[in-house]
Amino acid sequence: MTAWLLRRLVQAAFVVLAMTVILFIGLHVIGNPIDILISPEADQADRARAIAALGLDQPLWRQYALFLWGMLHGDLGRSFVFHEPALQLIGERLPATLELAVSAVLLAIVIGIPLGLYAGLYPNSLLGRSAMAGSILGFSLPTFWVGLMLIMLFAVRLGWLPSTGRGQTALLFGIRWSFLTRDGLAHLAMPAFNLALGNIALVLRLVRSGVRETLPLDYVRFARAKGLRPARVVGVHVMKNIMIPVVTVLGLEFGGTIAFSVVTESIFAWPGMGKLIIDSINVLDRPVIVAYLMIIVLMFVAINLVVDLLYTFLDPRVRLEDRG
Amino acid sequence: MTTVLDVRGLSTHFTTRAGIVRAVDDISFSVARGQVLGLVGESGSGKSVTGFSILGLIDPPGRIAAGRVLFHGVDLVALEERELRRLRGNRIAMIFQDPMMTLNPVLRIDTQMIETVRAHARVSHAEARTRARDALGMVGIASPEERLSAYPHQFSGGMRQRVAIAIALLHRPDLIIADEPTTALDVTIQAQILAEMQTLSREHGTAMIWITHDLSVVAGLADAIAVMYAGRIVETGSVGDVLDRPLHPYTHGLIGSVPSRNRRGARLRQIPGLTPSLLNLPAGCAFRGRCARADAACASDPPATEIAAGHVLRCFHPQLEVVA
Repeated sequence: MTAWLLRRLVQAAFVVLAMTVILFIGLHVIGNPIDILISPEADQADRARAIAALGLDQPLWRQYALFLWGMLHGDLGRSFVFHEPALQLIGERLPATLELAVSAVLLAIVIGIPLGLYAGLYPNSLLGRSAMAGSILGFSLPTFWVGLMLIMLFAVRLGWLPSTGRGQTALLFGIRWSFLTRDGLAHLAMPAFNLALGNIALVLRLVRSGVRETLPLDYVRFARAKGLRPARVVGVHVMKNIMIPVVTVLGLEFGGTIAFSVVTESIFAWPGMGKLIIDSINVLDRPVIVAYLMIIVLMFVAINLVVDLLYTFLDPRVRLEDRG
Repeated sequence: MTTVLDVRGLSTHFTTRAGIVRAVDDISFSVARGQVLGLVGESGSGKSVTGFSILGLIDPPGRIAAGRVLFHGVDLVALEERELRRLRGNRIAMIFQDPMMTLNPVLRIDTQMIETVRAHARVSHAEARTRARDALGMVGIASPEERLSAYPHQFSGGMRQRVAIAIALLHRPDLIIADEPTTALDVTIQAQILAEMQTLSREHGTAMIWITHDLSVVAGLADAIAVMYAGRIVETGSVGDVLDRPLHPYTHGLIGSVPSRNRRGARLRQIPGLTPSLLNLPAGCAFRGRCARADAACASDPPATEIAAGHVLRCFHPQLEVVA
């Protein structure tokens, strides 16, 4: 177990290192931030001074080395635009995005698993069939369109829910959260649902097919032949076997939800990381882009690690030592 | 002898798109206390479906179309699901064919045993665990206390079948339905388990229905034999009657196809042809297409006739000569 963990951590370090190289080269290909940041009227001397101030006069390998040195000391550079440490800038926006992503994944669990279970147990029922048909829409409708439709319906027509921002927030552990106030929850509802839609569909279909596959198996019949209540047969014997693919997918989707909440955050003007990264890409604010992507990479690595650890609890046949 | 189970005219049908499959068609038999009934037939003859029908574990599109299953005089077919569940695993237990599939792979042995104890007895967790441990000891599992915390994949096939048998024995059932429990095991383990089951049946007066396609297993174990063909019982009687003085041509064929020391080196006899499809089976004797003695009379259903005391036959042309 310890050996496995160590090996995984070393692997993770290499993944992060590879990512920094790709990022540095990629960002230099995209364009020169100086052209955007400095006004066209600035003279040659101003321009040279600005370039030097941002450290862009150094050769690429030196910039990269300096960046790595900084990263080892927990410094991912300062934003060209805000002149604040990039990490701090992202840290301020992180809770909003986390809150949104966690709500979306929770919705996917709370709605997707029971519906999938029902659709699997009663595949010919009206609810089961409509859930399956609806899940196709959940997959295929583009997020931005659903978001706009939600705003049209609930904010414009019905006026039930606010359409933008985080609303009132409350302090917990020194961080502002929306879900602690009624107003904040009202603001959270639509974007969270919008972000959750695809995940709900995915979890629903996964659980349904799992139930359909598991029900005819001998150990389920044996559990019934033992005289167990149906709730226990389904809730324990069937569910525990289905949870392995569900946990895998939810883990990966959680990372994806955080990384790609950009669209939802833009539509609902949710002040999270997604919006920050879009703004930063527009002005080629390199340190912020780099810092953001580093955090995303670290998050995926961490989520994969947690998912692998969860496997051992869900499936006793999985032994971590056996795998790379 | 008290009759534990009395099956009268049981028919189990499966409705498919192509038509109705009469998996079990109007069968009757009974089992007394301490008696072992061997239910013999080829694959697909309806043996397992008979077992599941007794326990009420037939899932749609299957249903019990007619007949009564009297357990201590109570008709299980008419019983409500809740009442039936109280009997399953408690008064009537079942053991399945493939020990690799009957235990839930993600639950520990103690979980799977304790839930069975507590499904039918109001006892504490600790008390249930003690009972589970004693049951494991009874079926010959060494150091049962430690083995309780193991998962199924840590057991061999023979050990798993012992665990399944231990689960079936937890509540000292009046009737055990064993669906080819030794088919998947190697011969030495098979012999051990057969001997143990026989002892258990004698000591506790447990009635048993032993479903198998292996006549040699039944010969040493059973008191009575029912031979099934295409969903029907074609011949019933004591072991001596059916094996030494078989009357139905199909029983003759079955016995003739068992390898024997007397015919060493000779070609094994086969029953010509294949089992008929159970889908829209025409009226009359189902075996007539493969039977050397069949004639025009066989196109109508042969009635069940009692040839000698307890020896019942469904055939117009019983084969009276001795089997080679």
